[in-house]
Amino acid sequence: MPKKVISGNYAAAYAAKHARVEVVAAYPITPQTSIIEKIAEFIANGEVENLEYVPVESEHSAMAACIGASATGARTFTATSAQGLALMHEMLHWAAGARLPVVMVNVNRAMAPPWSVWDDQTDSLAQRDTGWLQFYAENNQEVYDGVLMAFKIGEHEKVNLPVMIIESAFILSHTYDVVDMLEQEEVDEFLPPRKPLYSLTDFDNPFSIGALGTPADYYEFRYKIAKAMEEAKKIIKEVGKEFGEKFGRDYSQMIELYKTDDADIVFMGMGSLMGTVKEAVEILRSEGYKVGAAKVRWFRPFPREELYELAKSVQGIAVLDRNFSFGQEGILFNEAKGVLYNTGAKPIMKNYIVGLGGRDLTVNDVRKIANNMKKIIEKGELDKEIDWYHLKR
Amino acid sequence: MAIRKPPITTREYWAPGHAACAGCGPAIVMKLATKAFSEAMEEKYGDPNAFAIAHATGCMEVVSAVFPYTAWKAPWIHVAFENAAAAASGVEAAWKKLGRKGKILAIGGDGGTADIGLQALSGMLERRHNVVYLMYDNEAYMNTGIQRSSSTPYGAWTTTSPPGKYSIGEDKPKKWVALIAAAHQAPYVATASIGDPYDFYRKMKKAASVDGPAFVQVLAPCVPGWRIPSEKTVEIARLAIESGLWPLFEIENGDFYNIKFQRFPKDGKFKKPIEDYLKIQGRFKHLFKRPEAIQELKNQIKEVWRILGKEVELL
Repeated sequence: MPKKVISGNYAAAYAAKHARVEVVAAYPITPQTSIIEKIAEFIANGEVENLEYVPVESEHSAMAACIGASATGARTFTATSAQGLALMHEMLHWAAGARLPVVMVNVNRAMAPPWSVWDDQTDSLAQRDTGWLQFYAENNQEVYDGVLMAFKIGEHEKVNLPVMIIESAFILSHTYDVVDMLEQEEVDEFLPPRKPLYSLTDFDNPFSIGALGTPADYYEFRYKIAKAMEEAKKIIKEVGKEFGEKFGRDYSQMIELYKTDDADIVFMGMGSLMGTVKEAVEILRSEGYKVGAAKVRWFRPFPREELYELAKSVQGIAVLDRNFSFGQEGILFNEAKGVLYNTGAKPIMKNYIVGLGGRDLTVNDVRKIANNMKKIIEKGELDKEIDWYHLKR
Repeated sequence: MAIRKPPITTREYWAPGHAACAGCGPAIVMKLATKAFSEAMEEKYGDPNAFAIAHATGCMEVVSAVFPYTAWKAPWIHVAFENAAAAASGVEAAWKKLGRKGKILAIGGDGGTADIGLQALSGMLERRHNVVYLMYDNEAYMNTGIQRSSSTPYGAWTTTSPPGKYSIGEDKPKKWVALIAAAHQAPYVATASIGDPYDFYRKMKKAASVDGPAFVQVLAPCVPGWRIPSEKTVEIARLAIESGLWPLFEIENGDFYNIKFQRFPKDGKFKKPIEDYLKIQGRFKHLFKRPEAIQELKNQIKEVWRILGKEVELL
């Protein structure tokens, strides 16, 4: 299989190419731009056979055009980041509500002001209630694999929902790393052409999409999306397993567990920062700490069952949130705590707010967090629930 | 006895049962526009059904598709308010890639086109999508209950431009989106009015026939919004032409030096007084106590004609 040293953004572009996307509608924004530049290059060089790139005039129109294309039956892809994602917000609801399996890469970037182009998860987490599946990639390989799986999962007849593949600004988007890509034939075998539920080219069965839903019907439409999200958990595991069997990288778990079996303390988080955390776990273990890592791959649908299983066996969970919900707490922390409330599992949980706006999280930071967690567990009570860990004193 | 071929197709794409008001101008637009489209597609591709519709939020969207019913006998998509042109761009791109021949019809009201949808419209025109954008102009936000848009004419009452002690009603000149569309050098841009349905029909057919983007702005009176009797819709739309208030023109490829006019009096003198048009509409009732406002409206219209290259006299 061809290995290439490429950026996360190029990994996304190659995956879209290998998935044989038919329509891309996108708008430039740092640090996403090199994804669509690469796609434009594929077209210019004749490296793709049947791809229409619509260079729209805004992100709002990007998603509107993707909705139009996807409703027509095309396999549709786009990419954005932060402010662009926020501008799309209305259309994100629409893509999910219309049950269209658009795939989008969002490069996590901090929301302004202050103006920032660096890594932060609040942009995508603020879209959590739009009905999109969300996958947080740890590295460039996962960006590539994630995009390919996203089409298969989103287009599954039991799902029919859009999927967001999320990567970190610069840490992944612009950093070159080895990506083990698949041969085109392998992808074709894994990902057959899309079979849309309906199509705007079908004149014999003309469909009206986007009709008014009165109180007599709206409720059931929402329930169907909720059900499809629940169903998506099964499909994610199936597709992740198939991917592993075929290509050697298993994604059957929605939470990737790293050395958690005998761990007292587990660091939980999402995205590229979990790469650092895994490295830290390795080092801390050599120093005698009983620690592990739980990387939440899929934030939507939320892996409730897997989290519960994990929580039963550990004493403390340190949730590392590269995001924050003002007036509340870190978003992953909030969700994880909520999931466990009605279960018997009650590990000590503490929220560390880390890395906002691209601030680095180092191995040494993780060691400090481990020490803090150790103390808390020994004492049996929290010093504080939300820790703005990096704050300058 | 020979039976004459009907002047327009008998095929229907806009079914009865929609919830528009009696006498609704835009409903007439929907019916005629889709018929014209189908005729053009039949002539061009041998397939009268070679089109799909992308519709902005608005009266015609709301009245035509109430789940599980639809008035559309054509593939139809509604993707919110500001983006019919963007959604149509995506539909067109996918049609192309899926190997389907035909053209996409985007429809929006004046609010969805002149205001919130202007950017998406500009993008669609500039990118040269094979889309006809049809703007049905009833000169205010009627779906939300008659609020002014940038296409509301000077002096008109709306709920957000009410006349009063300190107000003559809408106090800005009407924005002519057709001229903005023409500035994109789109292959075909036209204005029309349901007061001359054959002219509108011909222009829609032409718009659908050209390769690349086209834009048609059609005047379509709104019964409750204009405060008019429901049987007067077409008559009022015709008076708009005859009084000179509504220029009928075609601009091809942005060639402002060769504008084609329809129903333009040879001597440049319009024969029907503007007051005839104004006085049957409740939205202009207050102007008759303010003759200077009527004069201002006339001046503005004359200026539009001058920009179009015509010196006119209005009564």
